[in-house]
This record gives sequence, structure tokens and C-alpha cells, in this order.
Amino acid sequence: MRWEVAAAIVGMTLVTYLPRAIPLVVLKDRRLPRFMVLWLQFIPVAILAALLAPSLLQNGGEWSFGWQNPFVVAAIPTILVAAKTRSLMLTTFVGIGMAMIINHLW
Amino acid sequence: MIDRTPQCAASAALQGQSKFIFEGAKMALPIILGYLPVGLAYGALAGSSGLTIWETVLMSVFVYAGSAQFVAIALLAAGAGPLSITVTTFFVNLRHLLMSAALSRYFRGYSNRWLAWFGAELTDESFAIHSARFRQDPATYQPITMLAVNGLAHLGWIIASLGGFLLQKGIADPGKYGLDFALPAMFIALLFMQLTKRLDLLVAAATFILSVGLGQVLPVYWAAILAAVCGAFFGAIVLWQKEDEQCAGK
Repeated sequence: MRWEVAAAIVGMTLVTYLPRAIPLVVLKDRRLPRFMVLWLQFIPVAILAALLAPSLLQNGGEWSFGWQNPFVVAAIPTILVAAKTRSLMLTTFVGIGMAMIINHLW
Repeated sequence: MIDRTPQCAASAALQGQSKFIFEGAKMALPIILGYLPVGLAYGALAGSSGLTIWETVLMSVFVYAGSAQFVAIALLAAGAGPLSITVTTFFVNLRHLLMSAALSRYFRGYSNRWLAWFGAELTDESFAIHSARFRQDPATYQPITMLAVNGLAHLGWIIASLGGFLLQKGIADPGKYGLDFALPAMFIALLFMQLTKRLDLLVAAATFILSVGLGQVLPVYWAAILAAVCGAFFGAIVLWQKEDEQCAGK
């Protein structure tokens, strides 16, 4: 193992781990200001919506919004199933199945 | 007949535990399906750009962050030093700060040691699944289930990375099996599971649009953090005002 790669892995581990762990440890027993509690309540929904945008609409660094993007097409039945059933397993499998069909047709 | 009571009690306890472990495995499955194509691609890319098998796998063990690992491979291949790779990784992964803060309220009374471990296992995908599960009913979410979710997901990531390295060019295009859509599909499912009020839907739509807009001018990791911070802020202001009105009305 080369030392630069080892040093990079150590550095990456530290700067990835600390932001993941510190808020959990520091905030868990603390009474937070009301506004911050409200703000944090919306973080899961907000961050999922924020991450969904590039994972659907970006491919290899390029944004693609139209029907030529197979993910846009696959997203429609997937969203319908998600909204109707709210089932993680069913939605994931329907999504994978739709993408498989669409990738074959495109 | 032999008295079976002790064994029965023991097996009942084991059965209770295994029920919770099974729940965790069921929750981890979509994550693993999502990790599979990404991990395979990461391993293959790492191998073809000159990383050794240990470097490839240890990065998945210790760093455990898909997008940052891809960036690191590209930077290493371009001859970047450890310091610039570390700084870049910090920014690419900074969004976890928000996720960690958002989950903290569910861990009142948990030990620091547990949280030190839990934090190491916090990824976009595990965060999404934990927050959806906590939102459903925090009281019934067992630590052993969390252990199973995190352990299996991380193991899946490591094995996929290793598999990618070993197979390299032998891996088939995951798109052929629709697997490249597993992560977006999972995000869609977990997002909809958490849309309980109309305000949630409004926040989600506004954040999505903002994330797309900001993504045109900023790197996606900055766009995602900024959009999430602003979207949640918008939701909080609306709720805050409503609470204020209710207080004034009394």
C-alpha cells in the first residue's frame, strides 16, 4: 500500500466520520431552540428531495430533463406506486423492473 | 418426557431477536440492491486506475461514502496529494452533518459508544431508511434492528467494491437489469413514506426544484446541502408562524 493512498484514506475517513458522528453525540440529550427543532423535523424530507433531483436527472455529470432520459420515464410509475402503497420493497422492485424494461426499449 | 421449558424460553427469546434482525435485513435489502451497481462500478474503476485490492477495499471499509470514493479515485489518478483529497472529501460529505443532527432527537439516553458506531454507518441511504422508520414509530425501533440494517448495508458495499475490483471489465452493464435505478427508486419510496402532511409535500417540491436550479451553477453536493437547508427553513417558518397564530388566538 502506497503511503499517499494510505494518508488519503486516513484523511478521508476522519473528515467523513466526524460530521456523521459529532451532531449525534452532542445534540442527543440537549434541549434545542423551538425553531431549530422545527427546522430539523423537515431535514429528512428536504434532504431526500434534494438528493433525488440529481439521482434522477443527472447522468455522468450532465443534466437531462426530457423523455430521452430513461429515469424520467421510469420515475412516473415508481412515484405512483410509492404514493399509493408507501411500501419501500414494492416501490424499489417496481422501479427496477420499469427501468429494466425501459432500458431495453430505448 | 423431558421438561422442555428452559429451551422453549430460550428459543422464544431467540425468536424474538431474530424477528428484529429479520426486520433489519428486510430494510437493508433495497439499500444493498442500490449499492450493488455503484459498488461494482467503484471497484472496477479503482482497479483500472491503479489502486491495489487493499486500497480499494479499505476505502470502502473506512470511508464508506460512494460519491467521495469516486472523486478520490479520479483525484488520485490525476496525481493529487492526500491533503487536497481530504479537503475535497470533507465538502462532498458535509451533508451528513445535517442528517446526523436530524436523527439526534431519537437517540435520547443512548450511550456515546453506540452513537460513535452509529455515526460511522450513516450514509445517505441508511439515513433515509432510519428516518423513515423512526418517523413511523420510534418506540418499536430496536437497536438490534439498526445494527442489522447498518451492518448488512456496509457489508454489501464492501462486497460490491471487492466484486467490482475482481471482475473489472467482466462486469455487465447494470443498466441492463435496471439496477442503476435502484437508488433513485429507493429515494422515491422513502421520500413518499415521509410525506405525512401537505406542508411536507410542499417542502419536498420546493427543495427538489431548488436543488435542480442550484445544480446548474454549483457542484451537486453544494446544491443538495443548500437546497435542503433552505427547504427545511421554509417548512420551519410556516410551522412557526402557525404556532404563533395559535398562541395569539388563545
